[in-house]
Amino acid sequence: MEQSDAAAVAQARAGDPDAFRVLVERHSHHVFRLAFRMTGNEHDAEDLVQETFLRAYRQLGKFDGRASFGTWLYRVAANCSLDLIRLRKRRQEQQVPVDEEGRQLAVAAAAEDPTPDRLAFSGELNRLLAPALDRLSPMERTAFVMRHYEGMCIEDIGRTLGVHAGAAKHSVFRAVQKLRQALEPAVNSAKS
Amino acid sequence: MKHLSEEDLVLRYYSEPPRGAGVDEHLATCEACRVNLVSMSRVLDAMDGLEVPEPLDGLSSRVWQRIAPQLAASRTRWWTDWFAPRRLVAVAAMAALVIVAFLAGRVSQRQTQMAGLSGPVRERIMLVAVGEHLEQSQMILIELMNSDSKGTVDISGEQQRAQDLISENRLYRQAALRTGDKSVSNVLDELERVLLDVAHSPSKLNSAEFEQIRQRIAADGILFKIRVVGSNLREREAAPVKGRAL
Repeated sequence: MEQSDAAAVAQARAGDPDAFRVLVERHSHHVFRLAFRMTGNEHDAEDLVQETFLRAYRQLGKFDGRASFGTWLYRVAANCSLDLIRLRKRRQEQQVPVDEEGRQLAVAAAAEDPTPDRLAFSGELNRLLAPALDRLSPMERTAFVMRHYEGMCIEDIGRTLGVHAGAAKHSVFRAVQKLRQALEPAVNSAKS
Repeated sequence: MKHLSEEDLVLRYYSEPPRGAGVDEHLATCEACRVNLVSMSRVLDAMDGLEVPEPLDGLSSRVWQRIAPQLAASRTRWWTDWFAPRRLVAVAAMAALVIVAFLAGRVSQRQTQMAGLSGPVRERIMLVAVGEHLEQSQMILIELMNSDSKGTVDISGEQQRAQDLISENRLYRQAALRTGDKSVSNVLDELERVLLDVAHSPSKLNSAEFEQIRQRIAADGILFKIRVVGSNLREREAAPVKGRAL
């Protein structure tokens, strides 16, 4: 019979590593999906899965069972992602001056010069979307991914990231604004 | 006619509770807002095209193999969290701050000695630390500015965080003053006053009291100044260091 998450958590807390392995096997793919959307590449996403489970294990004592383990793990993953994106952003900013950001955004979008046919191919679309997402701030990207892809409401995003709902909402708005700025000309020309 | 804001349209797109009443009614009668909503929806719908690849086979096994040895270690080393990278950066930043304050205090007498000791690593740590501090402060102020002000507003969470940031802010401000970095010290000075206002307000405010706090934040334009200084710090962090001040 399959062990429940709650039972596996209890055993892992009691020091049984195999019980935690059950949780890793059960939830890795779900965490990977979130991690990929946050980071945009498979290598970072896999590292993030690893970091999420490590952090979850260390914080297992804080898991109070009010939410399901999957939900709690998701929060850990979201916060790990936020930390990783912040770190990566900081490194990127050391290479790309801030005042260049807007110009590069426009140039990147224009350089793609997408036609309707090209946009029909998801691979081509990905080429536009990924850089646009990369240009969001860490908080904006995390809040946007949680709202847009994971379907979380703004209140829950705030709770998950430990910020007020107002700040989560503000991050989603800013993300949408920036994405529109970067993608609207290309997307609208493809539709017309 | 007053058109819907972009925020109203985003909330409408995601079916979140609307900020103002009558969004749908307005859309039914306003062509411009409908066009705007359609245009935004196209972009957001296009975002769905971002595909997530399947992970390579054996993801959970690989993850387990990598973390298993570390799990065993973390069971016995309860103090591991104290040495997490973020905490180390904070500790290093505080240590650097003490060193900067100490050295800066002696700079007027022994300038040449100070010049010899001012290293790029120390400056980068300081820039990162002040940048993080501004980011955290900015987040509190944004939360306050975006909170719902109807009825009684509980700001105890923000107060606690503001209180935590005040002493840190004071240290950074003093270090910036000593090293002659006026733009940073001025913003930190204004920020400190706002943080003090927040920390010393009653934790439960009525609408009018809460509005006063928000006006105080807005009147000083502190959020804008924080963004500008934060952006400058990041640029300085990125630039090659040649014995600059904070």
